[in-house]
Amino acid sequence: MTIKQISVFVENNSGALNAMTSVLAEHNIDMRALSLAETTDFGIARIIVDDVYKATTVLKDAGYIHTITPVLGVAIPDTPGGLNKILGFLAEAKVNVEYMYAFMGIRENDKAYMIFHVADPAAASAALVSKGVKMLEQDALENI
Amino acid sequence: MERYYQPEIETASREQIKAWQDERLVKQVRHVWDNVPYYRKKMEQKGLTPADITSTKDLHKLPFVTKSDLRDAYPYGLLAKPLSDCVRIQSTSGTTGKRVVAFYTQHDIDLWEDCCARAITAVGGTKDDVCQVSYGYGLFTGGPGLNGGSHKVGCLTIPTSSGNTERQIMFIQDLQATILCCTPSYAAYLGESMKEMGLTPEQIPLKAGIFGAEAWSEEMRHDIEATLGIKAYDIYGLTELSGPGVSFECSAQSGMHINEDHFIAEIIDPDTGEVLPEGEKGELVFTSITKEAFPLLRYRTRDICMLSSEPCSCGRTFIKMCKPMGRSDDMLIIRGVNVFPSQIETVLLNKGYSANYQIIVDRVKSTDTLDVQVEMTPEMFTDNLGEIDRRQKELVEGLRSMLGISAKVTLVAPKSIVRSEGKAVRVIDKRKI
Repeated sequence: MTIKQISVFVENNSGALNAMTSVLAEHNIDMRALSLAETTDFGIARIIVDDVYKATTVLKDAGYIHTITPVLGVAIPDTPGGLNKILGFLAEAKVNVEYMYAFMGIRENDKAYMIFHVADPAAASAALVSKGVKMLEQDALENI
Repeated sequence: MERYYQPEIETASREQIKAWQDERLVKQVRHVWDNVPYYRKKMEQKGLTPADITSTKDLHKLPFVTKSDLRDAYPYGLLAKPLSDCVRIQSTSGTTGKRVVAFYTQHDIDLWEDCCARAITAVGGTKDDVCQVSYGYGLFTGGPGLNGGSHKVGCLTIPTSSGNTERQIMFIQDLQATILCCTPSYAAYLGESMKEMGLTPEQIPLKAGIFGAEAWSEEMRHDIEATLGIKAYDIYGLTELSGPGVSFECSAQSGMHINEDHFIAEIIDPDTGEVLPEGEKGELVFTSITKEAFPLLRYRTRDICMLSSEPCSCGRTFIKMCKPMGRSDDMLIIRGVNVFPSQIETVLLNKGYSANYQIIVDRVKSTDTLDVQVEMTPEMFTDNLGEIDRRQKELVEGLRSMLGISAKVTLVAPKSIVRSEGKAVRVIDKRKI
């Protein structure tokens, strides 16, 4: 139960990120989440969008290099200790979390969502589902 | 079966070639003595007269001609025929200073085009081929030389000249071009563009390419051969000597046969000027023994090279020169170490990066810095920052072991390095020395 994250190579200089997001904006693509990992000369912009096919096509046409990575969209109970509980489930299943970031696309009354990139997505989703944790599906992103 | 354009010359015995060289050298020395005061003065300064040059064994006595001699003599100082006998000039790009203008009689043009025809025939070209010449036409010798050679072979010649990539690809496809002549960096760019258009090597009608006028590595050859589905052959030449076709590769793809009936090659120690034995690495020096209008005696090319007289599987008896390992003008001295851009290219391609790179040399607090900027490719990109970092470190290590000095590697966006459709700008030296 994974969703598709697009990772885009961007240079680490002024205007480079804006140039990439402009391509998405021009084509009316809705970015649900964005996280940046950077080094001194370049960065990886990790994005979650409503239309993966369209986004990757327009990025490729504009000359961007990208790759698609499976990630988990996990519902976190919006209460103290909510995230701690989820991380506990993953620790118990011995799944390593490589990076994570906030997801602003959907906010329900009692839940927030976060994106998790884990070493073993299948094991992680199985563990979380078995604990009754709500997970985002790709279809849901396309119909917000 | 191997084809030759002039089999009786290209497969002549070594004795015959030596006899031609002896006779033509003596005649050429007499010709410049009689007609070029500049040469006569240079020879007199060494106490020489034409009588001192009786065969190729006396060649080493003659003074060298350098690029600066050509500049001093600009425009008519080395002209050995009346202007009324000349029919054409060609010129260098003038990137290293004043332009060099070379003159040609009709006979000179004929012999030059024969040399290019030999090169086209050596890659399998016949009158049934369609030869697209994507070298620049004009003052640059690339276009006119291969154009003339292609006519002599009888190929249908497409004189696209350089630039306008879409039109180049259109002609290759619509007119089913089988032979492509251009710079290797432009061949790589055309290949990349065709790949982006979704063309597979099988869909590209080309079968061979003749690529020269700039340094390129074996790895780049393999890349071009794979993307275009062709055999890629090297060709060598200098405007000063005629243009492309001074030497050319054959089916063996292991060095370029020097057209020894027109040029005598020597390898010298660039510091002492001493002639080195065969097989040693040094500066390539040429004497043009058949040129009428613009003959050069012992012209120092600045190309670092080696010669080999090992018999070749193609049957040609002309000696071979290796791909120049760099020009002494291209050679960078970084922290006291000699660095050739071609070495950097070899490492990049070996490690899976693209051949689209630029070398930036600078000096920070009296220490030279070397920054290699290389474009990211879809094959090398991953979401895993650690993995990209690991590959980058591997590249830095590879460069260090090849060059003997450390370099910084910067990964840049695809197509961000400026591509020229002629020669690629590989080096930016910001040092103020």
